[in-house]
Amino acid sequence: MSNVRVAGVGLTPFGNTPERTSRDLFAEASIAAFEDSGVSRDDVEALLYGNFMGELSEHQGHHGPLMAEAAGVRAPATRYESACASSGTAVRDAVFRIRNGEADVILVGGAERMTNLGTAGATEALAIAADDLWEVRAGMTFPGAYALMAQAYFEEYGGEHEDLANVAVKNHENALNNDKAQYQSAIEVSDVLEAPQVSSPLGLYDSCPISDGAAAVVLTSDEYAEEHGLEAPVSITGTGQGGDRMALHDREYLARSPAAREAGDEAYADAGVDAADVDLAEVHDCFTIAEVLAIESLDLFPVGEGISAAREGRTTADGELPINLSGGLKAKGHPVGATGASQIAEVAKLLSGDHPNSTFVDDATTGVAHNAGGTVASATVHVLEVDH
Amino acid sequence: MSDNTDAESEAETRTQDAGFDDWIDAAAEDDAYYLECPNGHGSLPPRRVCPDCGETDLEEAPLPETGEIQTFTVTHVPTPAFEEDAPYATAIANFGPVRITGQVVGVDPETVENGLEVEIEITVSETTGERVLGFRPV
Repeated sequence: MSNVRVAGVGLTPFGNTPERTSRDLFAEASIAAFEDSGVSRDDVEALLYGNFMGELSEHQGHHGPLMAEAAGVRAPATRYESACASSGTAVRDAVFRIRNGEADVILVGGAERMTNLGTAGATEALAIAADDLWEVRAGMTFPGAYALMAQAYFEEYGGEHEDLANVAVKNHENALNNDKAQYQSAIEVSDVLEAPQVSSPLGLYDSCPISDGAAAVVLTSDEYAEEHGLEAPVSITGTGQGGDRMALHDREYLARSPAAREAGDEAYADAGVDAADVDLAEVHDCFTIAEVLAIESLDLFPVGEGISAAREGRTTADGELPINLSGGLKAKGHPVGATGASQIAEVAKLLSGDHPNSTFVDDATTGVAHNAGGTVASATVHVLEVDH
Repeated sequence: MSDNTDAESEAETRTQDAGFDDWIDAAAEDDAYYLECPNGHGSLPPRRVCPDCGETDLEEAPLPETGEIQTFTVTHVPTPAFEEDAPYATAIANFGPVRITGQVVGVDPETVENGLEVEIEITVSETTGERVLGFRPV
């Protein structure tokens, strides 16, 4: 079984570029990833590509071959759709294919064009990740779904909006020197608390922005990396995926994410590490409460304690376990189909010392990427480790 | 109905979703039900297989008349289909064999709280005229 190397990564800026097509976004990310990797496009054996709402935002289906063409890759291409975990699932399959010896070089990534839909249109498009009959038709939105989880969390374990506000403040702070981030601006707790409500208790600053963007990652086998003299010190050593009932009301717990726990447990076991070995994590903070649920599901904090982690400085850049050093979805942005692959890119750069925030994690060897779809009916977790 | 709006007439021309719309029809007549498998697991239609145990022998059983709100939110930024309905309270209520998501009607959304006892009431979206699964506090 071959080890899986991260040979190169590429990201577009995440932000508000409504006129840019997803094929243009992915082309830019792929160019950056190939330049970073030193791998020839001719060696790519497959493109695995994540996208969620292309039919709605661009009237475009069948993205695989379109994106292979955009990236200049002559290889079979497949689109992965698992809502906001789309490219997380693509990365997972890429890992399997390389491990199994079926491929030595895979281009994996994703893109999403969203801002051309406007806020109402994007809210409607995102809502299709929920159960249309039993949730959306009752008026549930995605911020609404996470608000239901936040309210349930407060009821079960305690906590208040100010705890969540500290998650947003932290992630904005982390994004200050990330030149790909949608927001490179500091905010204060009072900004979050006083922002317009979206779905109580969550307000505008508890929510990630609507974003356009793309991410691309070139993965290779150990053998290929060695033969071609690639500088690829980071490997994906663990992969896991979890699933759950589609509708939030059908879950055993309203304030926990068992699918993410399942994915995390599987990824840790696969990598031969445990939660205590994790030095940093990029988690799916589409809303502030989502970061709390994620760090508990990943066993990085006990259930009921994740809520105060940011407020107590435990997850800040200089804290014991930095979470979302990239700025997370909250400040970096969340072009849905690109997010899972972008997290792999950020963790790889943080571990290899190539990230502006690597200085906070000098000795880090192990990082985790947690990508969630819907109200976490889908989750993927990947463990990345760097050679020292 | 005698007070059909244009939007409502339009909504009624939509292709029905078998199972779901039948359930809404039944709930509107105070005959809401859930599906019960031989092992006692509850679920909502349309469904052929119990999601908990895989049993395929599912039978309709009467839904308990009231449920208890377990979590709620007041939505200020809706999808376009609820533009004129906002702000509104969405809640998850526990009816025993199943939990259900619905829109709380008949009260100021800001007064909704956990533990509130509700019954099902099929209401209509002010925006689209589509029927909406609602909860009315009892």
